[in-house]
Amino acid sequence: MYSEDDLLMLSALQHLLFCPRQCALIHLEQAWTENRFTAEGRVLHERVHSAASDSRSTVRVEYDMPIRSLRLGLSGRADIVEMHPQEDGFWQPFPVEYKRGRPKKDDTDQVQLCAQALCLEEMLDCTIPEGALYYGQKKRRTAVQINDRLRKVTEETTARLHELLSGTTTPPPQYNRRCESCSFIDTCLPKAAVGKKGQVRNYLTRMTES
Amino acid sequence: MKKHLNTLFVTTQGAYLAKEGETVAVRVEKKVRLRLPVHTLNGVVCFGNVGCSPFLLGFCAERDVTISFLTEHGRFLARVQGPVSGNVLLRREQYRRADDPTFSALMARAFINGKVANCRYLLNRTLRDHADKIDTNAMNKAVNHLTGLLKSLGRDLPLDKVRGTEGDAAHIYFSAFDHLIIHHKEDFFFRQRSRRPPLDLVNCLLSFLYTLVMHDVRSALECTGLDPAVGFLHRDRPGRSGLALDMMEEFRPMADRIALSLINRGQLQAKDFVVSASGGVRMKDKARKTLLTTYQERKQDVLQHPFLEEKMPLGLFFHTQALLLARFLRGDLDGYPPVIWH
Repeated sequence: MYSEDDLLMLSALQHLLFCPRQCALIHLEQAWTENRFTAEGRVLHERVHSAASDSRSTVRVEYDMPIRSLRLGLSGRADIVEMHPQEDGFWQPFPVEYKRGRPKKDDTDQVQLCAQALCLEEMLDCTIPEGALYYGQKKRRTAVQINDRLRKVTEETTARLHELLSGTTTPPPQYNRRCESCSFIDTCLPKAAVGKKGQVRNYLTRMTES
Repeated sequence: MKKHLNTLFVTTQGAYLAKEGETVAVRVEKKVRLRLPVHTLNGVVCFGNVGCSPFLLGFCAERDVTISFLTEHGRFLARVQGPVSGNVLLRREQYRRADDPTFSALMARAFINGKVANCRYLLNRTLRDHADKIDTNAMNKAVNHLTGLLKSLGRDLPLDKVRGTEGDAAHIYFSAFDHLIIHHKEDFFFRQRSRRPPLDLVNCLLSFLYTLVMHDVRSALECTGLDPAVGFLHRDRPGRSGLALDMMEEFRPMADRIALSLINRGQLQAKDFVVSASGGVRMKDKARKTLLTTYQERKQDVLQHPFLEEKMPLGLFFHTQALLLARFLRGDLDGYPPVIWH
């Protein structure tokens, strides 16, 4: 069990899955840069978050719900949690996470949704078998099963996250294709900051000798 | 890294800056003279009697736009800034390293390397472009002398030796500086550096330009999360921005070049200055405006960053250098690469 002081941001899971260095830059080094993608995401979320809870048909909808799990050591906010009435009089929570773009090939978004579900399960003492991802570009929901495999991946990722962020070291960059779409490319300097031996020394020699 | 954005300099006395939606409105005598979207700015510098609404101060702090207040003559008074950016790990590393004399000497060498190489570059340029108008013998001698000092900076030196080398280099460079003034020599001449107050027109220009560079370097360091007060070459002294002074070294010759081109192109004249009874020299409003405009334009020039080998506006170099320093302290680089013109 983690204490409240040790809770990490739920959104960090996504950053870790995208790139451990990006995750460390954001959460250890507190760097934040915005680009078109993050700005659009922010606007989308601001819109989601500005609405108060309302009721559509029989479903009760909670927006921007603060959530946490002491077992996983995570806290954050859930964009939307729908409460579906059950025949036995209980309300079944159903988390929906908003995403700007389109579905990704990896299960980054599923992991974040699953982490939200795990938080809700702990806080509301229930079981959540299913949630959904809403993609802004498709304007459509995709149902996500919160199954054993996804739970396992989520817990492993969370453990790795705690390991990374309990240290003070930012992992070295590994330049690849994805770097070009990363809003941190100018802070990360993946091409320069690869710790090439003698890189700066050679530069200094080159520039001062002549 | 930040995008290269503009700095808004407000020199009109009695101007008042207010927030209007997402813009800064500059009012003079209750009339709006200028509106600028805040997202296009990275700093606002107010000279003298310029007011700011609290809403604008708050809005700019939130958007990471630093507002600085200077006296009419460019002496720094205060700045308004949002929450401390960046991270405690970086600052702690900076403090630890600044306490280490070996590391401090290494950093000091890098900064001074940059400065001396750039001074030499400036002399060489003048030798190349104006050989017919200058004392080439004296200049060549100075260049050779600086080359010798650069060689010695390539070796491991303790901090006091680095400082000594810097002193020698400054002496040689400033001894040759008068040769860099090609035109209007009857009004513009350089004997030695004087600052408090500047005792001739050239020193007046240099001091003002250094203030501007200082402002940019300091905000770049702050934006990166470094503490501008804790330096390596410049040791702690209350009220002094040691690290900003350190990082300024490599940029000083750039400021010198701006002063020289203003003089040599005749953009400034003796009548643009006021000499007080004590001999201290100040710029008149018009001169200050010319200088600020030139400085801003210079920062828009797109140049190849010598270490990263990427093109970027000169104004972004301050941020890039702060970032490279942070990356070195965090262990990504094997040293700090100062900007060296080639």
